Amino acid sequence: MLDRLHSKKGLQLFIALIAGFLFGFLLQKGGATKYNVIIGQLLLEDNTVVKIMLSAVVTGMIGVYAMKGMGIAKLHPKPGSWVTAGIGGLIFGVGFAVLGYCPGTVAGAVGNGAMDALAGGVVGIIIGAGLFAGVYAKLLPFLNKGSFKKLTLPELLNVNEWIVIMPAIAVIVLLLVLLERAGL
Amino acid sequence: MEWLTQIRWSPYIVGAGIGVLSWITFLISDKPLGCSTAFARTSGMLGKIFGKKRIEENKYFQKFVPEIDWEWMLVLGVIIGAFVSALISGDFRFLFLPSKWIAHFGNTPVLRFFVALIGGILMGFGARWAGGCTSGHGISGALQLAVSSWIAAICFFIGGIAAAFLIFRVF
Repeated sequence: MLDRLHSKKGLQLFIALIAGFLFGFLLQKGGATKYNVIIGQLLLEDNTVVKIMLSAVVTGMIGVYAMKGMGIAKLHPKPGSWVTAGIGGLIFGVGFAVLGYCPGTVAGAVGNGAMDALAGGVVGIIIGAGLFAGVYAKLLPFLNKGSFKKLTLPELLNVNEWIVIMPAIAVIVLLLVLLERAGL
Repeated sequence: MEWLTQIRWSPYIVGAGIGVLSWITFLISDKPLGCSTAFARTSGMLGKIFGKKRIEENKYFQKFVPEIDWEWMLVLGVIIGAFVSALISGDFRFLFLPSKWIAHFGNTPVLRFFVALIGGILMGFGARWAGGCTSGHGISGALQLAVSSWIAAICFFIGGIAAAFLIFRVF
């Protein structure tokens, strides 16, 4: 429906800048641009990051699937396998703890004035991504092993989307309520 | 407009805001929020300075062409948005060492920069291996109920929590 808007390249780059501005603004207001908050999350002392992520997932899920149902938005689930998501995820996790920022929050941290995020984090992530590009061709057969054929949980379970969405929302909301009740 | 100058907002408000922002980008840009490919593209753009041919022949950079794209502009926007938010709430300051770091490792900026660089390298490598980061998999992928994203997001935290405990509790 909005295909014409989607194909306007210059306008899309401008929209991306505005969306990024709002994203960065929100991350900073949430405290997620701070090393202390992120390390606090990974040490299970401060659940700010998980609270932000889970409430974004719940809110986003409802709207994006509703728009998909109306035929005005398309999903873009990433392909992958246990090798890509599992091993790559664990390597990322170690980097997450060593750096204390992630690729989005490191950019936010730079805006917040964190020099370790700029001189260490941003430079490191660029080098790391470049190193991965260097070994990508060799890794490819291994990465493609057992690629998921069904990309989303509703497809995997072969059920109506809302049969997965409703319980997923219930579980996440319950988890957040329990966290608050426990004062965590 | 006092809320705009508050230093911190409730994480639920922030999360819901990011969720609504996702609706908007899916609708008007047909794009999920995601940050890590911007770093890969930057790496290719910088690599071209040293050897154009090598980058052009690289299979990964044929898939993720080194150019300024939607996600690259998004990341640029994140820097500016966080800067404005910090500035108007009086929360902007040049920081060389986070206090949690100082409490454990003392106040030598060189050590922190070196460790941050190593962490960044691991993260850049891992993000591209996993095909996404905390935003691309952890938020955008998870909200689409993508199988790979839920596995990746859980592994981000398993790896992160294990490494953080090792770094801060054992050493």
